Amino acid sequence: MRILLVDDEVELVSAMAERLGFRDIEADWAANAEDALVMAEGKAYDVAVLDMKMPRIGGLELRRMLSERHPAMKFIFLSGHGSESDFKTGSAEAENYLIKPINLESLVEKINEAVK
Amino acid sequence: MSIFEKIRPRFWDTDAAVGPARSLFNYRRIWRLAIVLLTVVALVPLLVMAFIDYSVTRSSLESENLLRTARTTSNTRRTVANFLEERTKALDFLADHQGIDKLRDGAQLAGLLASLKKSFGGFVDLGVIDNRGRQIAYIGSHDLLGRDYSDQIWFKNTLTRGSYVSNVFLGFRDEPHLIVARKVKDAATGKSYILRATLDTGQFNAIMTSLDLSGGGDAFLVDGRGVIQTPTKSHGPVLSRVDLPIAPFSETSIVRQVRAGDGVEYSVGYGYVHDSPFIVMVTKPTKVLMRPLQTIRMELLWILLTSIAIILFVIGNVATYMVNRIYIADQTRAKALHQMEHTNRMASIGRLAAGVAHEINNPLAIINEKAGLISDLFTFRQEYAGDERLLKNVRSILDSVARCGRITKRLLSFARHIDMELGPIRFKELADEVVDFLRKEAEYRSISIDMDIPKNLPEFVSDRGKLQQIFLNLVNNAFQAMSDGGHLSISARQEKDGNLVFSVGDDGCGIPQADLKRIFDPFFSTKKKVGGTGLGLSITFSLVQELGGSMTVESEVGKGTTFTITMPIEGPKKANNENTAG
Repeated sequence: MRILLVDDEVELVSAMAERLGFRDIEADWAANAEDALVMAEGKAYDVAVLDMKMPRIGGLELRRMLSERHPAMKFIFLSGHGSESDFKTGSAEAENYLIKPINLESLVEKINEAVK
Repeated sequence: MSIFEKIRPRFWDTDAAVGPARSLFNYRRIWRLAIVLLTVVALVPLLVMAFIDYSVTRSSLESENLLRTARTTSNTRRTVANFLEERTKALDFLADHQGIDKLRDGAQLAGLLASLKKSFGGFVDLGVIDNRGRQIAYIGSHDLLGRDYSDQIWFKNTLTRGSYVSNVFLGFRDEPHLIVARKVKDAATGKSYILRATLDTGQFNAIMTSLDLSGGGDAFLVDGRGVIQTPTKSHGPVLSRVDLPIAPFSETSIVRQVRAGDGVEYSVGYGYVHDSPFIVMVTKPTKVLMRPLQTIRMELLWILLTSIAIILFVIGNVATYMVNRIYIADQTRAKALHQMEHTNRMASIGRLAAGVAHEINNPLAIINEKAGLISDLFTFRQEYAGDERLLKNVRSILDSVARCGRITKRLLSFARHIDMELGPIRFKELADEVVDFLRKEAEYRSISIDMDIPKNLPEFVSDRGKLQQIFLNLVNNAFQAMSDGGHLSISARQEKDGNLVFSVGDDGCGIPQADLKRIFDPFFSTKKKVGGTGLGLSITFSLVQELGGSMTVESEVGKGTTFTITMPIEGPKKANNENTAG
C-alpha cells in the first residue's frame, strides 16, 4: 500500500510519512501540488492525503488533477479549518475528511477503510 | 392604582433612557399630545355650538316674553281706556241730550241712573254739582245731597279741564271707588255745572282679574304715585304703595326687568292709560318666565356631558390603541435590528475564532506529529525502548496537544453554526458541551451542576449552534443569578405528544413578579448598571421561536428561577411558531 502525503508544512508531512512508515505503510510526501503530480507520475499510489489549503494549487484542485490521471486513486482531506463549506466539499469529494491536529491511528484507520 | 395596573397600556413603562437608538418615540408624550389635541379639536366646536345654541334660545325666549308681556299690557291698557271712555261719553251724552234742568230733577236723575246701570253697568250714583261746589242733585246709595265739594281737587280740575277721572279713593263713603266728572254748561243761564258719577270698583277689578295670566302673573292698576288701585296677587293690598318701581311716562307700553321689594326679579309691562291717572301693570316673575330655559339648559347640559364623555372615551381608546400599535411596531423593528446586530456580531466572533483556531491548528498539528514521531521512535525502534521517563513526557505532550485540539475544534464548531443548519441532536452531548464552557467557573465558585437527562431521550432535529447559544445564555444567566455554592440543574424529558421539554433551573436571587412578564422584551434588564444590554433573554427567546419551540419562565424571589423550553422533535419547519411566553 502506497500513500502520497501532500501538505505545504514540510515538518508536518515528513513526520507523518515517517510515522506511517513505522506502521508498515509506505508513505511519500510532497510540499506542493506540482511535486505531488510529478511523484504520482513515477509511482502508483493507492491513497492520497491532501491538505485542503495550500498555496497556488489547493487540495480540491489537486484532487481533480490526480483523479483525472489516476482514476483508481482514493483521497483523504486534511484541514486546519473547520468551516462548513470545507466540510461539505471535503466529505463529498473525498473518502474522508479530518481536522488537524489529527490522531495518526485514526488516519491509519481511514486509509485502511479507503483501500478496502 | 390597581385599576391603572389593569388598564395600563404596554407602552406606558417604556424606558426612554435606554439609549438614542433604542426607541424612536416618547410614547407617553405622543399619547398625551394625541389626547390633548383630539380633545381640543373635538370639544371646542362642541362647546362653542352649545354656548351659541344656549344664547340664541335664551334671547329668543326673552324677546318672546317681552313681546307677550308688552302685548298683554297694551290690550289691558286699551280695555281700561275703553271702559273709562265709554262712561265719560255716556255722561257727555246725558249732558247734551237731557239739559241741566232735567238733570237737576231727582226723579229724572234716578231714571237716568237706572238706564245707565242697565246699559253700561258699573255706575253706583249720579250727582250734579253747581259751580260753587255744592251738590244740587244726587241719586245713589248714600245721602250726599247738599255736600260741599268746593275744596276738592277733582272739582277744581273738572272746572278747569272740562272732564276728570279720579284715581281710586276712599272718600266720604270709606270704601274704594272712583269718579268720573264732566263740566256741563247751561245754555239758558250760561252757568257751569258738573255732572259726576261714581263707578263701581268691582267691575273695574273684574277687567283685570279676567286676564288669563298663567305662572304667577299679575295684572293691576296703579296711579301715577304707585298706589295700588285694583287688587293684586302678590304686590300688596289696594291703596298701598306697590313694591315695584314705576317707569316714567311713555305713550306706548314698555317692559322692564325690575326687582321687587322682596328681591324677586319681575318682568313688568307698564301701560299709561290716556286721560286717566291709571297705569296698567302686568307683572310676571322672570324666573317663571325663564323656566323653559332651565329645562332646555338641563337638556343641553345632559347632551353636552354625554357627548363629552363619549368623545373622551373614544379619544382615549383610539389614542391608546394607535400609540400601542406604534409601540409594537417600533419594538418589532428594534428587535429585528438587534437580532441582526447580534447575528452579525456572532458571525464576526465566529470568524475571529475560526481564524485563531486555524492559525493555532497548524503549529499544533506539527507538534502533534513531531511528538507522535518521538513516541513512535520509542515504540518501534529498539535502541530507544525502555526509557519510561522520556516516553511519559512525550505522552504528556501528546495529551496537551489533544486538549488544545479539542478547544480549537470547539471554537471551529461554534463558528460553523452561524447559519441555520438542521441536524439530529443528542441533548446530552449538547448539554455537556455547554457546561464544558463554564465548568472552570463552576469549580471556582463551587456551583454544583446536576443533570437529569434520561438515557433513552430520543434525538431531535434542530440547529446545534443556535441550541448551544440558547443553553449557553440560560446557563450563563443562572450563573449570574446564583451566589457561590449555588446549585444548577438541567433536565430533559419527553412529553406525551412527542415534544421535548428542557429546563434550566437555579437557586439564585429570582425575578420579581412585576418583571416576569417583561424579561423577554428587548432592552429589559435589571443589570443595566453593571453592563447588561437587556438583549440576552430577548435573543434567547427569538432563537427558541426560530427553532419552532416555546419558552416559559417560573420564578420566585429568593428561591430561584426555572426556564422551560419546549422543542418539537421533528424540527422547526413543521412546528408552528406559537408564542407561549408569559
